[in-house]
Amino acid sequence: MPVIDLANPTRFLALVNRVLPWLAAATVALLAIGLYRAFNAPDDYQQGATVKIMYLHVPAAWLGMMGWGIMTIAALGTLVWRHPLADVTAKAAAPIGAAFTFLCLVTGSLWGRPMWGTYWVWDARLTSELVLLLLYLGVLALYWTAEDPGRGARAAAILALVGAVNLPVIKFSVDWWNTLHQGESIFRSGGSSIDPSILWPLLITAIAFTLLFITLLLAAMRNEILRRRVRSMRLMQAQQFAETSA
Amino acid sequence: MNLGPHAEFIIAAYALAVFVVAGLAAWVTLDYASQRRILGDLEERGVTRRSQRSGSP
Repeated sequence: MPVIDLANPTRFLALVNRVLPWLAAATVALLAIGLYRAFNAPDDYQQGATVKIMYLHVPAAWLGMMGWGIMTIAALGTLVWRHPLADVTAKAAAPIGAAFTFLCLVTGSLWGRPMWGTYWVWDARLTSELVLLLLYLGVLALYWTAEDPGRGARAAAILALVGAVNLPVIKFSVDWWNTLHQGESIFRSGGSSIDPSILWPLLITAIAFTLLFITLLLAAMRNEILRRRVRSMRLMQAQQFAETSA
Repeated sequence: MNLGPHAEFIIAAYALAVFVVAGLAAWVTLDYASQRRILGDLEERGVTRRSQRSGSP
């Protein structure tokens, strides 16, 4: 099947129905391996066992940002090409990205309390991550409250593009400002500063959570396509009723 | 397994992750079942989409 055919919602649905069970199975298997490796990894020499929160916190942070990245690309598809599948993608990604951002913030607080002595500080990394969650909630509010779905989609797309400015702020906040949050320790020049015995379980759980995100995204996109079909059929039904009553 | 003196923070973080992931999985599963049921009801009543009438996919 040529890739361009996937732009057709019916063909996209057929593909999703085929791949979703495999993706779900791969997600469960990789999550099991990742969490097994995480709980059998050694404790950090400074942080002790609390380093196990990292196996949730770091993937959640990455996926919160990835969700907004997907929405930003989809926003271009909505505003420039007005492709319906672009809006379906953004609308499906928003609640999933918001959930992972929320998970990142709360697991970070739960990690911060024993390590920093506080659940929260208004430092640049934590604040920009909170801004990301608020942006997600703004997009969700636009989708949920717009009477005309098309106008809601365009407004959400504009907010997604504007909010994309926050992504580099989150990423580089630990370099640009003095933060209580630690600096970059995985993808940095000179290599990761994390010991391989901890790094590998982290990378496996990160891939597992990414697969989970993709699985949930495809399932949510399928639901959104079906919801639009329901809406279209109800409009047709109302139109037929109006014609027969006239 | 010894989770050390801060075990409650680790357990709370993992419990929250289970809750969030289970919530997302339940949301997509229940929403799918709901949309399929509504579509089935509409099709039973003979309502079709415009594209189905014209024969396109």
